[in-house]
Amino acid sequence: MSLALDRLARTLLWKELVQGFALTFRYMFRPKVTLNYPYEKGPKSPRFRGEHALRRYPNGEERCIACKLCEAICPAQAITIEAEPRPDGSRRTTRYDIDMVKCIYCGLCEEACPVDAIVEGPNMEFAAETREELIYTKEKLLANGERWERELALRLELDAPYR
Amino acid sequence: MTIALFVFYVFALVTTASAVMVIAARNPVHSVLFLILAFVSSAGLFVLLGAEFLAMVLVVVYVGAVAVLFLFVVMMLDIDFVQLREGFLQYLPVGALVGLVLLVELALVFGTQAVETAAVDMPPTAPPGVTNTEALGSLLYTRYFYLFQTAGAILLVAIVGAITLTLRHRPDAKRQDISRQVHRRPSDTLEVRKVRPRSGI
Amino acid sequence: MSELFVGTIWPLFELVLLTLLIVVPLLLAVAYLTYAERKIIAAMQLRQGPMFVGPYGLLQPLADGLKLLFKETVIPTRANKGVFVAAPIVTFVLALVGWAVIPFGPGLVLADINVGVLYLFAVSSLGVYGIVMAGWASNSRYAFLGALRSSAQMVSYEIAIGLVIISVLISAGSLNLSEIVEAQARHGWYVLWHFPMFMIFLVSILAETNRHPFDLPEDEASLVTGYNVEYSSMAFALFFLGEYANMILMSAICSILFLGGWLPPLDIAPFTWIPGPVWFALKISAILFVYIWARATLPRYRYDQLMRLGWKVFLPAALLWIVVTSGAMVALDLLPK
Repeated sequence: MSLALDRLARTLLWKELVQGFALTFRYMFRPKVTLNYPYEKGPKSPRFRGEHALRRYPNGEERCIACKLCEAICPAQAITIEAEPRPDGSRRTTRYDIDMVKCIYCGLCEEACPVDAIVEGPNMEFAAETREELIYTKEKLLANGERWERELALRLELDAPYR
Repeated sequence: MTIALFVFYVFALVTTASAVMVIAARNPVHSVLFLILAFVSSAGLFVLLGAEFLAMVLVVVYVGAVAVLFLFVVMMLDIDFVQLREGFLQYLPVGALVGLVLLVELALVFGTQAVETAAVDMPPTAPPGVTNTEALGSLLYTRYFYLFQTAGAILLVAIVGAITLTLRHRPDAKRQDISRQVHRRPSDTLEVRKVRPRSGI
Repeated sequence: MSELFVGTIWPLFELVLLTLLIVVPLLLAVAYLTYAERKIIAAMQLRQGPMFVGPYGLLQPLADGLKLLFKETVIPTRANKGVFVAAPIVTFVLALVGWAVIPFGPGLVLADINVGVLYLFAVSSLGVYGIVMAGWASNSRYAFLGALRSSAQMVSYEIAIGLVIISVLISAGSLNLSEIVEAQARHGWYVLWHFPMFMIFLVSILAETNRHPFDLPEDEASLVTGYNVEYSSMAFALFFLGEYANMILMSAICSILFLGGWLPPLDIAPFTWIPGPVWFALKISAILFVYIWARATLPRYRYDQLMRLGWKVFLPAALLWIVVTSGAMVALDLLPK
């Protein structure tokens, strides 16, 4: 009898509905878990693999020695390198293209590089409207390296103990 | 006064035109839609007559409920109406006869009414200051109380009849017992046991 | 000539002006209702909601409206063109005409007709046609199924709403909306006297406006948004505006019938300083909040459950309440003269 009464009361007073509504009402005042994206951004790991960059030594000499290890290891075959000796006798690339449409951002080029020349930086906002813009030439990659150098150096340094 | 007259003519025109379109439209769904338009504009005519209660009831009952069912049925039908209309003209003599009889009857009714008004027992008109909802109510629930209740009883019988005609108990149909589902508790059906490795229950 | 102007043209002009005075704020309210809905649901789901267009995303509704305005109007080849175009117009117009009899304050009403409640009831019962016409004219299975669901649902819940209204009418003794509000000044708000009916009304208007958890006609999962699948651009915008204007209209009816319309909660000093229309707007907003709150809380009903609730629960309950109310009023001699 009391059980039946209890059930009746529960149904007529919409107990479960009230509980559900109370829950959503409470949640309304909780702090949000999402970020206001273009203005707020989440932290990134030093190992984050974003847009590529070609780095230079502090004296301004480009690091890449045209060993083509990155081209060889690239699973998506996104990298194309051509090289010949410079007038001063050192071997440098004349062409270093990365097809960012093909790239799978696996980071193997960075791992393969013996001189830390090609790296994947923290930038991930490089969407473009045409495919042509996404085929990165050597100039573009070097410019990226100059723009991001401080951060690139910092993340290499932070990651060094674990390599 | 001119505006009221103008509005009357607009409503009258729309009512008549859509009534014609009900039978003239090729597509039956269009016919029903024109029927609805006719209902709505005749509700407008009722409002002009000062019978706003009747107007609203016309819209609520006929347009809001009855015509929706019409529309349902007509939309669900998948008949080739062009084929159905073949041989339409062979019914013309019968149809014309029925129409003629109706016309004569109408003429007789209104003719006698026009000749001697006393022949028809006119219901008392509402005194001024009483809304027509009140006037209708006080008439229906006093003077025509028994007729009104009888009409209600007949409708009730019709409802029960319609339900008994269409209700079938299918023993193989699975039904949901909501209160049983709602009041099921984990403790009724679920038991948590500790299972030792490689022994089973 | 001047007589014609004063007697005929000026009143017409005034009428148009007053109509605009209602319609323009209403459309603005509709726009910001969509914003409020997105923000509140976002908050309940611990998200931010629209933030990008304008400060706190305040210009988002305008951006949405502009986007719809500049889209291409697509009319399917096999659609029934006349009906297809007429359907959104019917929906939108019907969502607006109901406002003619809503009293915003004492005497603040466009058309103070004696059968206001019936008028609103009639207008809301017409609302189903826009949807049925859209579903049929689109010549698409999904749209048609959505229209069928919608019309059956709206007709069913109208009956429950009608019976709920009757118990209020018995207590108020009038079909005039202003008089119903004034009766509540004497009797106290009807939400106190008819609380179960208030709850039934609240749930029924969710079903009547095809809102969560009863939004089966536009069920994304099973009907890919139902009756308005084939609509785009302004036609879709009209459906959208119509749906939200209907929500506001229903909330207005609810606050007039149960929450005392423009009356302040207590007839004492700090409350009476705030003018009536503001109280009215506050009450409408509170009910609209419940609409949105329900959307954030409840999962969608199954169709047979929806029908069961309407016909087997709400209808008998409302009938019983009418009997109880009228019985009590006769017994205690409370009937309005």
